[in-house]
Amino acid sequence: MDADAPACVIEIEGLCTVLGGNTIHRDIDLCVRTGEVLALIGESGSGKTTLLREMLGLGMPTRGTVRVFGTTLQGCPQEQLKRTRRRWGVLFQEGALFSALSVYDNVALPLRELRALPEDVVRELVMMKLALVEIDVASATKLPAQLSGGMVKRVALARALALDPELLFLDEPTAGLDPERSAGFVQLVQRLRQELHLTVVMVTHDVNTLIALTDRVAVLADHTLIAVGPIWEVAKLPHPFIRSFFLGHQARCEQSEVDVYRRMLAPALPAGEN
Amino acid sequence: MTGAREPRIARQVGPDGRARIELTGAWVLRSLLPQAAALRRQLLQHARDSRALWDLRPVEILDDAGALLLWRCWGRRRPQLLLRPEQEPAFANLSPTAPLAPPEEKADPLAVLALLGRRWLALREHLLDIVLISGHLVIDVLQLARRPSRMPWREISANIYRTGTQALPIVALVGFLVGVVLSYLSAKQLQAYGANIFIINILGVGIVRELGPMLAAILVAGRSGSSMTAQLGVMRVTEELDALAVMGISQTQRLVLPKVLALAITMPLLVLWCDTIALLGGMLAANWELGISYREFLHSLPATLPQSNLWLGIGKGVLFGILIAVIACHYGLRIKPNTESLATGTTESVVSSITIVILVDAAIAVMFSPVGL
Repeated sequence: MDADAPACVIEIEGLCTVLGGNTIHRDIDLCVRTGEVLALIGESGSGKTTLLREMLGLGMPTRGTVRVFGTTLQGCPQEQLKRTRRRWGVLFQEGALFSALSVYDNVALPLRELRALPEDVVRELVMMKLALVEIDVASATKLPAQLSGGMVKRVALARALALDPELLFLDEPTAGLDPERSAGFVQLVQRLRQELHLTVVMVTHDVNTLIALTDRVAVLADHTLIAVGPIWEVAKLPHPFIRSFFLGHQARCEQSEVDVYRRMLAPALPAGEN
Repeated sequence: MTGAREPRIARQVGPDGRARIELTGAWVLRSLLPQAAALRRQLLQHARDSRALWDLRPVEILDDAGALLLWRCWGRRRPQLLLRPEQEPAFANLSPTAPLAPPEEKADPLAVLALLGRRWLALREHLLDIVLISGHLVIDVLQLARRPSRMPWREISANIYRTGTQALPIVALVGFLVGVVLSYLSAKQLQAYGANIFIINILGVGIVRELGPMLAAILVAGRSGSSMTAQLGVMRVTEELDALAVMGISQTQRLVLPKVLALAITMPLLVLWCDTIALLGGMLAANWELGISYREFLHSLPATLPQSNLWLGIGKGVLFGILIAVIACHYGLRIKPNTESLATGTTESVVSSITIVILVDAAIAVMFSPVGL
């Protein structure tokens, strides 16, 4: 990577959100650096999803700006917003697969929307993405309603990755997956990071995923970000929410323990250069 | 990557006469797309030399699309290749054979017959389902009659408000306009024969016996029937129906019965409302066109219109209300948890309830032809 500090992929400045008279966010500043995995944690109802939606340009903050890839999402021209949106992939909490389309068509949709790829290339890319998330060919013709919860999630991930995004948003990626698949998911994200210098923003409640994957953790509580930093620093803070969140996991969040855990999870990965 | 460079290909021939093809820049979908055709041509040309050594180490980033492009140009096999370790996995999953096209569906020579058969079976299923729902409703009503305290009053009153009160303006508007138009057109014909006074008979019988119930039924089917189907359909999608079932709460009692009872109550009232407004419109038009005074119109109306017509109209209202609600709920409960099914279910619900209302109306017209005319 470059010698100088990596630039911000997402920059949030002085963001305030007031919904229906309730203050959700107060003066949030955040920079998501290129190539890092940032996890957003917080109590239910603390506005994690609202913040995520504002980063996606689906919600409008009351004050402040959100810049993604240097584009201010709020009030930028449609064409520019569209171009920015093609550079990221989003995994929604419930998958949000198109229920009228088959698994195959769901993953093929973003590729076909480019209107530049011949159908046989689309087919091969879709099959690669489905293989990546371990969906077998026989399931490709199924409709989302016929899939199990875990499969829906994996297909949704395949769709989020269809355009090989630079930035990936994950809303509760491992909720509803069995431990083995969770670990597989973690390995997959690690691999994509190395290959594509992927930046990941995720909302999660799963401590295992946090330990395995995140470079930095941002804690949303009391309407603002009370801490942003590596997990071993954040886990030591005295805030009541952080204490209850990491209850029983404190020892595992030590830097040395985190490294051990990550090595355990990634035996198949070749040692990267960087 | 914002600063990523364009994908480039460079070929050098070494001292041993062996070509070395070096790729640089970003080989990702976004940067490849604008110049895919040119790159492909170059790659194919270089790939002809099977002894060439491909060096991918200077490539900044390589995604699946980039790997696939190279793979296809290499003829789906690995040439002499230099890779960085983290580039390995991108080539690990590429298959030496092109993926098979999904099998084409063969045209069935008996498709029409099969379609007819399926339609017939579907019709039988619908009829069976409707009989089942109706049976459940009768059982529910009998049970609730014994214990009236269990009656879902709140749901019924909410449904009455939604299907009745909120429908008043649109029913009034349509009724008024139809009344005016009917009166105006009839007046033209009657004037030719000097039979002006018969406008009252025509409007009275036509509106009270036939048009009032029909207009109200069509409007309610479009307005409330569709919303009932969609509501139950979304409850299926969000698993609310399953939640009710596991709590041991009867779907028909909690969801279907209140809708059916509410429409059985509001429909005759809407019919009366529609009749009144349509007659008002007719009376105004008769006054303008034929000069029949309001007093004369109102005075002769009861005399020319046997009361049985009114009861027939109200009775039809009750029946149509029950039919619309039962059909709407039937289609709503059949919806499968996907958007396509929700769309077709709602359409089918409205189309069949209007069709069935018209069929039943025709049957009633034949059966009751000696009454009130």
